[in-house]
Amino acid sequence: MTDIRVNRLVKQWDSIRAVDGVSFTAEAGTLTVLLGPSGCGKSTILRMIAGLESVDDGEVRIGGRNVTRRDPAKRGISMVFQSYALFPHLDVRENILFGLKVRRVDVAERESRLAEAAHMVGLEGLLDRRPAQLSGGQRQRTALARTIVAKQPVCLMDEPLSNLDAKLRAEMRDEIRQLQRRLDLTMIYVTHDQTEAMSMADQVILLRRGKIEQTGTPEELYENPLSDFVARFLGTPAMNLLPVSAVEGATAKHVKAAFLGIRPEKLRICDAGMPVEVSAADYMGAETILRMQYGDCTLMARIEGRSRARQGDRLHIAWDENDAHLFDKDGKRLGGESLSHGPTDDTVRSGITAFRASP
Amino acid sequence: MRHVYGWLLLTPAAILLIAFTHFPTLATVYESLFSKGSTIRPSRFTGFSNYESMMEDPVFWKVLTNNFWFAVGTIPLSVGLAIAMALLVNRTLPGRSLLRLAYFTPTILPMIAVANIWLFFYSPDIGLIDQILGSFGIAGHNWLGDPDTVLPAIILMTVWKEAGFFMIFYLAALQHFPEELEEAATLEGASRWYYFRRVVFPLLMPTTLFVLINAVLNSFKLVDHLFVLTKGGPNNASNLLLYYIYENAFSYFDTNYAATLTVVLLVILAVLALAQFFFLDRRIHYR
Repeated sequence: MTDIRVNRLVKQWDSIRAVDGVSFTAEAGTLTVLLGPSGCGKSTILRMIAGLESVDDGEVRIGGRNVTRRDPAKRGISMVFQSYALFPHLDVRENILFGLKVRRVDVAERESRLAEAAHMVGLEGLLDRRPAQLSGGQRQRTALARTIVAKQPVCLMDEPLSNLDAKLRAEMRDEIRQLQRRLDLTMIYVTHDQTEAMSMADQVILLRRGKIEQTGTPEELYENPLSDFVARFLGTPAMNLLPVSAVEGATAKHVKAAFLGIRPEKLRICDAGMPVEVSAADYMGAETILRMQYGDCTLMARIEGRSRARQGDRLHIAWDENDAHLFDKDGKRLGGESLSHGPTDDTVRSGITAFRASP
Repeated sequence: MRHVYGWLLLTPAAILLIAFTHFPTLATVYESLFSKGSTIRPSRFTGFSNYESMMEDPVFWKVLTNNFWFAVGTIPLSVGLAIAMALLVNRTLPGRSLLRLAYFTPTILPMIAVANIWLFFYSPDIGLIDQILGSFGIAGHNWLGDPDTVLPAIILMTVWKEAGFFMIFYLAALQHFPEELEEAATLEGASRWYYFRRVVFPLLMPTTLFVLINAVLNSFKLVDHLFVLTKGGPNNASNLLLYYIYENAFSYFDTNYAATLTVVLLVILAVLALAQFFFLDRRIHYR
């Protein structure tokens, strides 16, 4: 089985550390998503694993072998690029077979792999077309077919869906996930789209400024964010963050807590609680997103179905204390590990209760 | 009303084209059907007799052969060199812009100046080439005075002049290449040569067609250097078709024969351009 181990990886561009001591393990046959805002170094990490970018420090091991300085073609990987990197003058067939011809795979084997891959991604009948004659989704499939025929144990994907429209993106997400499972690929998938990360990943690695912010399953990251950055990055609308000082009765019991985080779907409208004024109500069909003002703070709430709240309405909101996340002034989680499993830390959260109306 | 506007808008360009391209072309064909006129014997219509005497003119065949070898010698070499130079200066290397400029310099220089520089290179005994060869104990040679070496000498100079110009077009094309293509090929284990052969060269074909047409035209059009270097000599060994036309028109004042030769030149150029379009165009991928 082929796992990928990245050890204290460093990439330096002049004075900027684009990748700053990143370590993680992608277990064999799993899908790891490198997630982060643009410029966080996720693509650079992927390119260093591929061997397209030199490694300044640290090492990359694929299947137990140190490949840090190895030729990209000998690392046992295939890759899908954001732009698909299809050769515009070659038809689909030649594009898919390009690598096999380079590697001098014999004709019969080539044809059988081509037929299999074309069938898998549904490109039969399009093999004689040039990339310019294909739709975005078909180009994407051609790029996928190219990695399928390569039969490499590791597949790297660099924002493969960012050029597709929303509907196609959801479709391709499923297909890539299925493909990864079916071929038992060890896949590293780079994206800035948190929905892709949440829906596809076995493991999410959230990066910020060249460093790992948090590693874990999508559930762990969502339910137990280790920093306010993680908390705000995952989920739409983002988690509400309030300065503890602004929240009635919250500061007394935990001196270190500076921010209180609460997911929009955990906010309830009730008769008594935090008084807010609705500044916008976006009806989405299955849900309504309310934007509300509380002093200087803006809060978002996700209400199921259709809300009767209108702009300018004054409401009261409340939440369960178990749903509150606490962060210190540097944005680090307080008492975090205990939230989803283990005993709760009473000193931390007893101060945050469902709100009573302020005087 | 719209037709009037349309024609009015076309008029300025049409006047220029008709006055300086179409009318002269037709006039040339017309002139070629008349005999050479003088004050005593005025020019008269002689049909194809100019063409008949052209077929029997040994100098005509000589310059045509010369032009053929000149084209064969300059075009593949300068195009190949242009691609090689463009590939070289397209990668990141120290002093890249300086190198690009250096390759392009021959193009900036006027042909007459270039010819003068090379005249010095080729001078027997005191010239640069002979001096270098002399330091290795090789005797001097009159490169431009020897009918065997004069055409290759001129071909070499033309390649030097043309390659930098064509390089610019290839460089422009290469800069539009997405980097991922090379990376994708690298990941598959394609060697540089394989990548060039299967990807770069085919994708450069539109540029190559453009460059080839220009190169062919230039091999018939560029004769400035002959004025400085050889005047077509010795014994017409370096004479080219256009220079021969010039000689006939302005040295021998036989404008009708010059017109006849010009018609031949036009036909050759038209056939070559069309042939390239039809043969190559079908095999080219345009983005």
